[in-house]
Amino acid sequence: MTLTTRPPSPARPGALASPGRAGLSDRSFRSLTLGCGLLVLVILGLITISTTQEAWPAFTHDGLRFFTSDRWAPSADAFGSLPFVYGTVVTAVIALVIAVPISVGMALFLSDVAPRRLRRPVSSLVDLLAAVPSVVYGLWGVIVLAPWLAGIYGRVSDVTSPVPVLSNLFEGPSSGRSLFTAGLILALMVTPIITSISREVFDTVPTTAKEAAYALGSTRWEMIRAAVFPHSRAGVVGGVMLGLGRAMGETIAAALVIGSSPQISARLFGSGDSMAAVIANEFGEAGGLHRAALIGLGVELFAITILVNLIARHVVGRAGVRS
Amino acid sequence: MHPPKIRFTGLLAALLALAMVAVSCGGSDDDGGTGATGGGGAQTTEARLSATLNASGATFPKPFYEVVIAGYQKEQPGVTVNYNGTGSGAGRQALQDGVVDFAGSDGLVNAADVAKYKGELLYVPTVAAPITVSYNLGDVRDLTLDADTIARIFQRQIRKWDDPAIAALNSGVRLPSTDITVARRSDGSGTTENFSKYLVAAAPDTWTLRSGSTVEWPGDTQAGNGNQGVAQIVKSTAGAIGYVDLSDAKASGLQFAKVRNKADRAVVPSVDGATAAMAGAQVNADLSYNPLNADGADAYPITAPTWILVYKNQTDKAKGEAIKSFLRYLLDDGQKLAEDVDYAPLPKSLQEKAVAQLNNIAVPVA
Repeated sequence: MTLTTRPPSPARPGALASPGRAGLSDRSFRSLTLGCGLLVLVILGLITISTTQEAWPAFTHDGLRFFTSDRWAPSADAFGSLPFVYGTVVTAVIALVIAVPISVGMALFLSDVAPRRLRRPVSSLVDLLAAVPSVVYGLWGVIVLAPWLAGIYGRVSDVTSPVPVLSNLFEGPSSGRSLFTAGLILALMVTPIITSISREVFDTVPTTAKEAAYALGSTRWEMIRAAVFPHSRAGVVGGVMLGLGRAMGETIAAALVIGSSPQISARLFGSGDSMAAVIANEFGEAGGLHRAALIGLGVELFAITILVNLIARHVVGRAGVRS
Repeated sequence: MHPPKIRFTGLLAALLALAMVAVSCGGSDDDGGTGATGGGGAQTTEARLSATLNASGATFPKPFYEVVIAGYQKEQPGVTVNYNGTGSGAGRQALQDGVVDFAGSDGLVNAADVAKYKGELLYVPTVAAPITVSYNLGDVRDLTLDADTIARIFQRQIRKWDDPAIAALNSGVRLPSTDITVARRSDGSGTTENFSKYLVAAAPDTWTLRSGSTVEWPGDTQAGNGNQGVAQIVKSTAGAIGYVDLSDAKASGLQFAKVRNKADRAVVPSVDGATAAMAGAQVNADLSYNPLNADGADAYPITAPTWILVYKNQTDKAKGEAIKSFLRYLLDDGQKLAEDVDYAPLPKSLQEKAVAQLNNIAVPVA
């Protein structure tokens, strides 16, 4: 994904010459875009209706337990989605905790620190990361990264074992296929998104504001804190939210490295499962209630994603007011 | 070939397909040319047919179906058969929706679901294969297990290789005190279904996880994607044990255990053992049968069956004839190809019943 900032093109002088024609074309353009906008709503509506309809047997079979139970046992017709929600949230949080500082740092480097001739090639490389198919990340994760991480996890859990809280989080043994590995892979996948949006946002900071900060005797870091961050908070938060959406919805990479154990456990090096991953893993062989429950998970993920987006919108709105 | 119908469930399928597209990266081949012109000069005893058959379902027999399709192509160049390994459940759903001409399935249709199909279904047994209990234990080359021990290992009740229960079955074998790592499938699978069905049948008092395409594995078991994924975990982890189908276990060079059968004999997983299990199984009138934990001294007890599901009353003459012709080939010459890809051909009695079953497929005259 590339966002190119372009200076606003000067209006062509002849464009506003004949008001009558402009009125007609404006009107037809308006209805065309309105149609496009409504189409999105219609598609979303149809998806919601048909998935909810298909998932209904599972919702009625399990009732509220579908959302509150932590037991997922298709062979016993027990379908509780909580372990998957937990896994989705935990891996997405790990991904963001790792990816956000790196992405913002990388974006600052590209917009304010790097020599000019380095900026374009490096940002193309970052964008290229986003173009790698997720199954490639997944396979690399499960074949190369996970076995290597297993050794590191072992050492980390040895070191942290006397520390009260950390010993629970980092308890071994681990096969490498774990919530934490999934979080790492997701971090890698969302980094290019957050980086390129942040970079675009940082580029829009007015030079005058930056030079004002320098004129007051700021160092480069003080300038960034005083001029760049306040101006771009809303945009960066927006980028982070896009990354979060990607991390929560990522399917195949997570399915391969997360370990596929529907359990709620504080052990980050232990295996878990996420909503998108379990759908991908189990849908092919599922029938009856099991199939309905998997579609129900899809509905729930859909709802959670919308919720996250609404919250993000709210956060961005507030941040925008403050800056 | 008419375009597939698009319906609400189609939209849904498209949504979920997005999530699954990378899993089933087989992708359906474009079936543009139905080869109406025929071409080629292969002489066959049957009339020259022309049709495109689309099928999907179980991944477990897919390697066998692929060699059969390749062989059949030589006999009937005008017939194209596409078999898409989507999983048994998805295959049955596709047959219900009428988007495929037949489906491959490792399991039977639930009584509750029968009414959802567009007509009466016929089961055609095609082949079976042993599921191995593969392990990685250095120089221990000869290991025997029974259902009860397997159940306790996979439920993590036996956690070390020198456990007395394993030692009792392997007198004379020096077992190390290595920790056991259990490898199992991360994806829903007919292999898991048959493996767990076997344990339900053979170790009813010990096995508490029931049976299904995915079961409630203990949290400290290791999940691998597909038979290859489980094989990879077993191969790379000292002390690991996992259930893997015979062809993948052989391809990965794994050691596999002998399993004690109903006649209390330890049998090596092999094509012959699987055929013996099929011969020892009770065959029902609809040709459903259960070779798991079957009778017979030479029967390998964890033998997985698979079927092709087809509508009894075909609606299209060309397709109906092509289906019959393809299945006849599969049950006749195709059976000879099975052993090359580590599948067990049907025993004579069952094969004859299956061929007779094909006569029940009704094809419209016009």
